[in-house]
Amino acid sequence: MLNHYPAWKNLLILFAMVLGVLYSVPNLYPDDEALQVTHESQELVQADLDNITTALEAAQLASIGQELNDSGILLRFDGVDEQLRAKTAIEDALTDDYIVALNLAPTTPGWMQAIGAGKMNLGLDLQGGVHFLMEVDMEAAVLGRMEDNLSNVRSILRELRIRTRGLTMVDSSHIEVRFASADDRSRARSELIDNFPELQFQNREAGGLSHLDLRMTEDTMLQIRRDTLQANRTTLLNRVDALGVAEPTVQQQGANRIVVELPGVQDPAQAIRILQRIATLEFHLEAGPGAPRSSFETYDYVAPEGVFTVNVDNDVILQGDRISNVRPSLDQNGLPQVQISLDAQGGNQINRVTRDNVGRMMDILLIETRSRTSLVIDENGEEIEEVEFYEDRRLISHARINSALGRQFVITGLTQREAMDLSLLISSGSLAAPMTIVEQSVIGPTMGRENLEQGIRGVQIAAVLVVLFMLLYYRVFGLAANAALIMNIVLIFAVLSSVLPATLTLPGIVGIVLTVGMAVDANVLIFTRIKEELRNGLPPQQAISAGYDRAFTTILDANLTTFLVAVVLFTIGTGPVKGFSVTLMIGIITSMFTAIVGTRALVNLIYGRRRDLRSLSIGIAPVKPATGKH
Amino acid sequence: MSNTRIRIDFMRGRRVAAMLSLIAILIAIGSLALRGLEFGLDFTSGTSVRLNFSQTAPIDAVNSELEQAGYEDAVVVNFGSDRDIRVLLPLDPDAEAANEAEQAALTGEAIAALLRERVDSGVILLGSDYVSAKVGEELAEQGGLGMLVALGIIMLYIAVRFQFKFSVGAVVALAHDLLFTLGIFSLTGMEFNLNTLAALLAIIGYSLNDTIVVSDRIRENFRTLRKTEPVATVNISLNQTLGRTMITSFTTLLVLFSILLMGGESTRGFAIALIVGVIVGTYSSIYVASNVIIFMKVTREDLLIPVKEAAEADGAMT
Repeated sequence: MLNHYPAWKNLLILFAMVLGVLYSVPNLYPDDEALQVTHESQELVQADLDNITTALEAAQLASIGQELNDSGILLRFDGVDEQLRAKTAIEDALTDDYIVALNLAPTTPGWMQAIGAGKMNLGLDLQGGVHFLMEVDMEAAVLGRMEDNLSNVRSILRELRIRTRGLTMVDSSHIEVRFASADDRSRARSELIDNFPELQFQNREAGGLSHLDLRMTEDTMLQIRRDTLQANRTTLLNRVDALGVAEPTVQQQGANRIVVELPGVQDPAQAIRILQRIATLEFHLEAGPGAPRSSFETYDYVAPEGVFTVNVDNDVILQGDRISNVRPSLDQNGLPQVQISLDAQGGNQINRVTRDNVGRMMDILLIETRSRTSLVIDENGEEIEEVEFYEDRRLISHARINSALGRQFVITGLTQREAMDLSLLISSGSLAAPMTIVEQSVIGPTMGRENLEQGIRGVQIAAVLVVLFMLLYYRVFGLAANAALIMNIVLIFAVLSSVLPATLTLPGIVGIVLTVGMAVDANVLIFTRIKEELRNGLPPQQAISAGYDRAFTTILDANLTTFLVAVVLFTIGTGPVKGFSVTLMIGIITSMFTAIVGTRALVNLIYGRRRDLRSLSIGIAPVKPATGKH
Repeated sequence: MSNTRIRIDFMRGRRVAAMLSLIAILIAIGSLALRGLEFGLDFTSGTSVRLNFSQTAPIDAVNSELEQAGYEDAVVVNFGSDRDIRVLLPLDPDAEAANEAEQAALTGEAIAALLRERVDSGVILLGSDYVSAKVGEELAEQGGLGMLVALGIIMLYIAVRFQFKFSVGAVVALAHDLLFTLGIFSLTGMEFNLNTLAALLAIIGYSLNDTIVVSDRIRENFRTLRKTEPVATVNISLNQTLGRTMITSFTTLLVLFSILLMGGESTRGFAIALIVGVIVGTYSSIYVASNVIIFMKVTREDLLIPVKEAAEADGAMT
C-alpha cells in the first residue's frame, strides 16, 4: 500500500499556503508615524498644505511624505518625536477650526492594498488609546416620544374644539385624558386613533369622569429603543469623525450600550468632552402676544443685527429625533439655506402645527447637558469640589413660517457661515437620548507597546520550545508537525489581517499561543496512534494510514467541543473574552486543516511512494513486530 | 492487540483519588464561601490608575502624598515590576454615574501630575480604568452564565456523540477543574479579573479536550475488547492515551510557562489560572471523568447504541 494525495489536494494545500503568506506578510511592514489634518467644516486645499509646510520649515521639521486627499492632509514623519513636535508646530500655525490628529500610515505596497491585504487591527491594549462604554438612557427616549405625543394630542383636541378635563402623563408609556362626557370621549377617540397608530386606546370610568387611556405598546417601545440606539450610534460616529482619530470603533453592545474605542487618543478628558456633547433639539412656536406667563420661557437670540429676547412657547412641536437629515445648501437663487428632512411622523406633526400658524415664528432649542465644577463647603466645614450637571438651553434658530411645512423644509435668510453653523448644531443635537459613560479605560502608549512586545515574545518563545520538543521527540514526523504549526500561525495571522474584521488584543495573542500548544495535540494523537499500530505489527505504510484514520474521530470530537465552548464565549462574552474566543475559533479551524491535511501531505511526500519502507523516523524504535499475534 | 497490557493500574487508586478530589473540592468551596475571591476592578467597579516610576516606586511616599491630596481611600500596590504601581480608588457611592467617568479620566492625569511634582519627576501615566458598579455586576453575572451555558452545551454534545454517562463524567470533571482553580485563586488571594475569567473558560476547552480523548478510547475499547471487565477496559484505555495526555499537557505547559515568564503583568493571572487548570485537567481526565463513568456502572451495552460510525458495533448486535 502507498500513501499519496491526489494532485488537487496537494494543490489546495499549496494554494492555502500561498494565500496565507500573502495575506499575513503586510504585518511585517512597519507603519509610518503620521499626522492627519482636517477642518471642522471645509475641505482642505493646496494653500493649507503650503501653510503647513511653511510652519514645519520654521520649526526645522520635515515630513517624509505628504498627501492631500478627500479626508484631509496626511503627513508622514520619521519617528514619534518628530511627529509630536510637528503636531505642536502645526497646531500653533493653524486656527482652532483645524483638527490635527496623531495617526499611523501604512507602508505596504499598493498592489497588496489593492488585493485587500492589510495589517491586523491592534486592540487598544496593544497600541494605547481610550475605550468608552456608553449607556443610552432608553427611558428618556421613550419618555421624550411620549411627551411629544402628549403635546400632539393636546393640539389635535384643541383644533377639534373638544374640551377636556385635563391631560396627564401617568408614566413614560401611559397618557390619561379626562373628558366630562362619554360623548366627547368617543369623538376624541375616533379622531385620535388615526393619528397615533402606535398607541393603544382604552376607555375607563373613574371619579365621575370619562377617561381615555393611551398606552404605548411593547413593540413600539422596542422599536423606539432600537431606533434610539441606532441614532445615537450615528451621532457618535459623526462626533468621533470630528476627533480625527485613525480607525475609531463605534459599536453597539447589548441592547442599550455603545462601545467607543479611540486608538492613539491620550487625552480622555478631551475625548469625553466631545463625545458627551449630549444635546437634544426641540422645535417650538414663539409664544403669542397675549400668552399667559406660565406658558412660555424667554431666551436670548443672537442675530447678526444684535441680541434680542424671544418668548418660546412651552409646547414641543417636534423632537430632534424626528430629524433624519440636515445639510447646508443653496436655493435656486444661490442663497444659503439649511435643508431639514424629517421622518414620516415628524412630517405629519410639523405639518399639522404649521399649516395653522403660517406667519408665526418657529424656534429651535438646543439642549445640552454640561457639567460645572464648583467649590462648596460640606457638613464638616471643608471645601470640596462638586461637579454638577445642568441643562444648557440655547435658542439656535428663530425663523418665520412662510408656508405649511412637510417632511422636507428649509430655513432661509442666513449667511453661508450661519447656514453651516446651524446645520452643524442641529445635527449635533439630534442625539436621540442622553448617554452616560459606564466604563472607561485609558491605555498609555508605553503600556500598549510593552503588551505587544511581550505578547509577541511569548508567542515566539512558546513556538520555539514546542518546535524543539516535537523535533526531538518525533524526528521526521516532528518536522512535519512543525511545518504545520508554522503554517497554522501564518494562517491565523492571515485570517485576522484580511478575512475577518477582527482586532488583535492581548487575550487574542494568548489565544494564539494556546492554539500553538493545543495544535500539536492533533499531531500527537496521530503520531502516538501510528506508533501503536507499528507496535501492533502493521507495516509502516499501513500504520501511517491507520494512524491518521483512527485518530481523526478523536480529533474531530475534541476540537468540535472546544469550538462549541469558543462559540459560547464569543456570543456572551465582551472585550477580552471575545478577543480570546475569536482567535481560539480561528485557531481550531486552521489547526485542524494544517495538523491533519498539512502533515499528511508532507508525510506522504516523504514516505508515501516508498514500497520498501521498513521503518519510520517517528521517535522511538517500535517494539518488535508481534507477527500478527493479536 | 499487543498493547492492551496495563502498565500503570490507574483504577486501583481510584477510591483514594476520589477521596482526594472530594477533599480538595470541599476545601475550595469552603474557601470560596469564607474568603471569597479577590475580585479585580473589572468586577468591583471603581477607578484604577497605573503609573511607571523612573526608579523603585516609593509606595509609602506615594501613599502619604495621596492621602494629603484628599484620596484617603486610595490603595497603592505594585504590579509587574517594583517601578510600576497601581492606585485603586473605590467608587464614590454618592457620586453620579456620569460625572464619575469624567472624574476618572481627570483623576489619572491629576495623580500623575501630583506625583511628578512631589515624588518623582519621571512618573509616566501608563493608563487608567473606570468601571461603574452596574457594569461590574453584569460582568460577573455574564461570566457565571457563560460557564453554565458552556457546560450545558457540552453535556448535550457528549450525550449525543457518546452516551449520557460520559457526559456526566465530562461535566463533573469540568466542574472539578473549575472549582479547583477558583479555590487556588481564593486561597492565595490572587486577583480575579476578566482575564482570569477568560482563562477559566479556556480551561473548560482544554480539560474537555483531554476528557474527550480518553472517553473516545474507552468507547472504542468497550466495542473491541469484548471479554474485558469495564474497570480493566478503562484502565487499558487510560494507559493507551497516557503518552498523548502527557505530551500534550507538557507542550501546553511549555507554552504557558513562557507566557508567564515573558508575557508581562497583563497576562500573568491568565497564565497562572491556565497552568493550574491544565495540571488539574490532566489529572481529572484520568481520575475524575473515568471514575464517574465506572461509578455509574458503564457497560458495553451502553455504547452499542448505533452511533453512525460504529460499524463494528452493528456487527455485534446481530
